Amino acid sequence: MGENIFKIDEREYILPGSRACQGCGLSLAYRHALKALGQNTILTIPASCLTVLHGLYPITSVEIPCLNCTFASTAASASGLVAGLKAIKRTGLTVVAVAGDGGTYDIGIQALSGAAERGTDFIFVCYDNEGYMNTGTQRSSATPPGALTTTTPVLTKLEPKKDMLKIMEAHSLPYIASVNPSYPRDLYEKFTKAKLFKGTRYIQIYAPCPPGWAYLPKDTVKIGRMAVETGICVLFEIENGRFRFTGRSKVLAKKGKRLSVADYLDAQGRFRQMSRDQAVQLQQSVDEKWEEYVRRAVE
Amino acid sequence: MTDNCQILTGNQAAAIGVKLSGVQVVSAYPITPQTSLTETLSQYIEGGELEAEYVRVESEHSAMTVCIAASTVGARVFTSTSSHGLLYMHEQLHWAAGSRLPVVMCCVNRGVGAPWSIFNDQQDSIAQRDTGWIQIYCRDNQEIIDTVIQAYRIAEAVYAPVMVCYDGFVLSHTTMPVEVPDEEAVRAFLPPYKPHTILDPHDPRNINPVIFPWRRMDAEGCLRDGYMELRYKLQKALEEAKPVIADVSRAYGRIFGRDHGGFLWQYRLDDADVILAGMGSIATEATMATDMLRKEGIKAGVLGIRLYRPFPREEIREAIGNIKAKALLIFEKDISYGYEGALCSDVKAALYGSAVQPPIHDFICGLGGRDVKASEIADGVKASLNTVDEGDSRPQTIWLNCRKG
Repeated sequence: MGENIFKIDEREYILPGSRACQGCGLSLAYRHALKALGQNTILTIPASCLTVLHGLYPITSVEIPCLNCTFASTAASASGLVAGLKAIKRTGLTVVAVAGDGGTYDIGIQALSGAAERGTDFIFVCYDNEGYMNTGTQRSSATPPGALTTTTPVLTKLEPKKDMLKIMEAHSLPYIASVNPSYPRDLYEKFTKAKLFKGTRYIQIYAPCPPGWAYLPKDTVKIGRMAVETGICVLFEIENGRFRFTGRSKVLAKKGKRLSVADYLDAQGRFRQMSRDQAVQLQQSVDEKWEEYVRRAVE
Repeated sequence: MTDNCQILTGNQAAAIGVKLSGVQVVSAYPITPQTSLTETLSQYIEGGELEAEYVRVESEHSAMTVCIAASTVGARVFTSTSSHGLLYMHEQLHWAAGSRLPVVMCCVNRGVGAPWSIFNDQQDSIAQRDTGWIQIYCRDNQEIIDTVIQAYRIAEAVYAPVMVCYDGFVLSHTTMPVEVPDEEAVRAFLPPYKPHTILDPHDPRNINPVIFPWRRMDAEGCLRDGYMELRYKLQKALEEAKPVIADVSRAYGRIFGRDHGGFLWQYRLDDADVILAGMGSIATEATMATDMLRKEGIKAGVLGIRLYRPFPREEIREAIGNIKAKALLIFEKDISYGYEGALCSDVKAALYGSAVQPPIHDFICGLGGRDVKASEIADGVKASLNTVDEGDSRPQTIWLNCRKG
């Protein structure tokens, strides 16, 4: 870790003119992730915002081969790519599946759990924008409590966010990482590192979404930073079961000081109906999670 | 030809067919009555008899997905399932056909719930009729092994997936003598799959992205297909598959001495007064009913339908047109609820405008494994002939051997 930002590959794999929204957190993360993954990559993606980013036939904005698959099948599609490449004796390629939180936490979890349990040699990337944003901001199991969505339009999401990272950890994976587009160097390094492992690797991108979260597109990086400063998003990696903080989260852990979640919540329109109790509970669960991470951290 | 006759179940015959076809990736999820087929393939692969990847997926949806992705990178792939497994794959069946991939699958036919039935009928594969797959129905275990091998040559020639259907338990778990083709001869008949590798980092493409209803320029200014053009091309591929299927059947016959008839097969049909038509083992049963009826002086004959999609419209018109039968009786193990059996509808549509229009009775039989004896078929034929002889030529749907009311 600690590589210089100028060492990031200059080559762009996402060409100008992608169809993603202004200020898209996914685009920002994806740009740096593809630079780290490099040319010898095969992608598979389900129906998601990423389908739109990749472009509409016969034009694509991404210079990496990609197999589009159905919503529930992403990790199985990666399994098929891995098995097919092995069968035809093609080596030197990294298979990478990228799905949203809907395609990971919800409809894609069965195929993902299956592929992870089989130790399929691929990287599964979840970009978590905390809802079904491609279909227009519906609730997912990754939506935080207190958030308004078009399917929780009055009462807000009442249930806590599912801890997908913990679920993936239960699969005994060699490498798990949590990343954030506001910290591209940390993100780049983790994708670079993930490539070195064999078996199923899981990377979760915290992906701010201006239209879905109701903030201005210019504030994506700011929202991402606030998430880390508060501990809503924690930058870490788990290497063969060993947890360590990275980047800004590591600094915060050393300082022992985080911001309260209040400013983070106030900065986004989606939390405007959140009750006081919900906010208190969210702060509590963020604190508990943070303490758990601090206890586990190896350095 | 080498003489290698073995006593095999339908599932064993299919597994040997897969091995002889040099399949490179197998992915499957167990379901009765398909299970022993995939177990046998596991043994071949782990025992080193077949050099292939076996992906032990957590569902049928994933099994078909693995086939789709592995086929896209250029491997020859196989899966098999039954009943609810096939229904669970439904989305991926469309995806495989829409992707124009030469996936081959065995559907070991079984009834569908609710309530649960593990026994045979053909509702599962008939319900997948409109997914863009070629469907071939086998009548015995010999035809299963031969059809699996033929299926790869057909699929790889027309870039459409092929479903080899055979009746659960009736064929899958019943032993029969089967001629096992010579490995070298199969290799000559079915050379290794030559993929057009389409997922290549040096030529990056976005496969199966969102497509518009209309045609659209690419970056070089070339007008590319819209959604509807791609659907037309799939339809055309299935229509053009017919001469390929006929050629493959004949070529196989020349090399291995067995031509299962391509689209249709006949039994004592030339001089028949009454035609019994069906798919799979029910049509085999009808040949026995035919022998019984002939002994009683009733000139019956069987029109076996092997190819269901693409549907052999002209050939069925011709076969029925050549015979001046006074009745056409369809025996089928499926039902399109609220109408009639799917095969009956298709046969009727094929005969539309034809000079020869015998009265048609549709026998819905054997659902959920209800036993169908040759004598019951023969009794049904006699009852139908009585109705027709009394001058009633209206179409009828008859539930054979089923208590009503």
